[in-house]
Amino acid sequence: MTDMELLNWARGPALEWATIIFVVGVLVRFLEMSLLGRKPDLSEARASAAGGGWRTVWRRSIPAPGLVKQAPVVIYAGYAFHIGLLIALLFFAPHILLFKDVFGLSWPALPFFVVDAATVIAIVALLVLLVHRLVNPVRRFLSSWVDYLVWAVTFLPLLTGYLAYHRMILPYTEMLAYHMLSVALLLVVFPFTKLMHTFTIFVSRWYNGAVSGRKGVQL
Amino acid sequence: MSKRPTVAEHLARQGVSRRAFLKFCAATASMMALPPGMAPAIAEALGQRRRPAVIWLSFQECTGCTESLTRSHSPTIESLIFDVISLDYHHTLQAAAGDAAEHHRERVQEEFAGEYLLIVDGSIPIADGGVYSTIAGMTNLQMLEESAKGAAAIVAVGSCAAFGGIPKANPNPTGAVSVADIIKDKPIINVSGCPPIPVVITGVLAHYLTFGTIPELDKLGRPTAFYGETIHDRCYRRPFYDQGKFAKSFDDAGARNGWCLYELGCKGPTTYNACATTKWNEGTSWPVESGHGCLGCSEPDFWDAGSFYKAVSMPISDLGKLGLAAAAAGAVAGVAVGLHNRHVKAGAKAAHKPLTADELEGDKS
Repeated sequence: MTDMELLNWARGPALEWATIIFVVGVLVRFLEMSLLGRKPDLSEARASAAGGGWRTVWRRSIPAPGLVKQAPVVIYAGYAFHIGLLIALLFFAPHILLFKDVFGLSWPALPFFVVDAATVIAIVALLVLLVHRLVNPVRRFLSSWVDYLVWAVTFLPLLTGYLAYHRMILPYTEMLAYHMLSVALLLVVFPFTKLMHTFTIFVSRWYNGAVSGRKGVQL
Repeated sequence: MSKRPTVAEHLARQGVSRRAFLKFCAATASMMALPPGMAPAIAEALGQRRRPAVIWLSFQECTGCTESLTRSHSPTIESLIFDVISLDYHHTLQAAAGDAAEHHRERVQEEFAGEYLLIVDGSIPIADGGVYSTIAGMTNLQMLEESAKGAAAIVAVGSCAAFGGIPKANPNPTGAVSVADIIKDKPIINVSGCPPIPVVITGVLAHYLTFGTIPELDKLGRPTAFYGETIHDRCYRRPFYDQGKFAKSFDDAGARNGWCLYELGCKGPTTYNACATTKWNEGTSWPVESGHGCLGCSEPDFWDAGSFYKAVSMPISDLGKLGLAAAAAGAVAGVAVGLHNRHVKAGAKAAHKPLTADELEGDKS
């Protein structure tokens, strides 16, 4: 198989199948969760549920002071990684073209050097988090193979994307194909692992906040 | 073979001056990234060589490669190279026809066995016994196998001969394959492109004639002197890419300012060829300079890489539509799973039998 055949396969059938698995998987999991059914709360509300929900969505997006002291590596590297990833994913000109092609929406890109820096930050942060997970006995004990799988499928698109952009190690065509295939792998793994937090995080935060908010408890 | 004049003798007879010949050699040396000092050596080697026999086989092709080689203005290095070789068989250019032409090919193959150069353009259909393209009652496959036997080397000119090209495009009804898919025991030089740049064809021939060896090739069998770098990396519009300045349509301000054509589907980043440096029509211009993105014609399967107007970062297929269909299927599946879970829950509730304290005590005893 030539590099071009590999790239055509990655841009074609591989992404098609990954998209099908991703979309079906995410919807099934979401609907499964929402259709579980909850008992109606017949008590009188002490405060606004929605207010509590939004408050928690916001509050939990900011690290609690105690946590920063207790787990500085997780907090700092965690934020650095997520911000770096979002910049690289959403503001790299070729990525925006992809979103435009799929969703019909586009927005201005950031300069390449900004995206480049964000990618390096995300890669370094992920490496730090992996080392931290391996070195810290408690974290290592709590980690299962899925945690490492999730780490790997998130790391690979960042790494291959960086190497492709800088024409490093492999010819661009081949590296670009691996970049797209790593994204396809991420999409396939996504619905069945904790990567689902991308979609559920604010829903669950809102839910927790709303339940407490209704009872007059401010989280 | 001794009857054939040397190249120098032949050129002198054609009225080509020594100076013009040296100019050609110097241009060839620089084109192939050889030191300028090599020009006299090339002149020496080329001049003393007997004009080698060349058989040009045209299979599933459009004659665009021949057009590319011959259409250039005269006299150029492209036409000069034709004086250097003895083109013994070529459908479009030969005077003979029918049996006479075929007999001549056979005679050349016999007389210069092991010495002649075989040039192939066009892919070879192998489906259904190769019936989709025949010449003088022979399938292309038979003719290639017969002619390849005595060839010193084979040059696959154009993307069809090199990689299968457009005839091989999905769904490939004729079972088209490249020369290298069939011939395994001869040195093959792939000069890809649709068509290849004229000077690349002549440069490869000149290299072979001068050194008697095949040039350094990349992993797709293409000479690295011409296919060593991507269009994108040598493109004069590359600085605009780095600055994030893209033409959004073919007639916007960006396009008029010569900004990068990446967003309009330019395949320069994944295409290895020399267009950006040698240009076309005697260095007049080339596709990107004329305002259109690179099609990636010198790469395998360029016809199956989706729309020419979709950027390389875009998926080939319409993922938006596919995603909608998948979402509909996912919604149905999700509701089904949800209802099933409710059913299980209700079943468990119905099957639940409350235990009394007595029953528990009874269990104890």
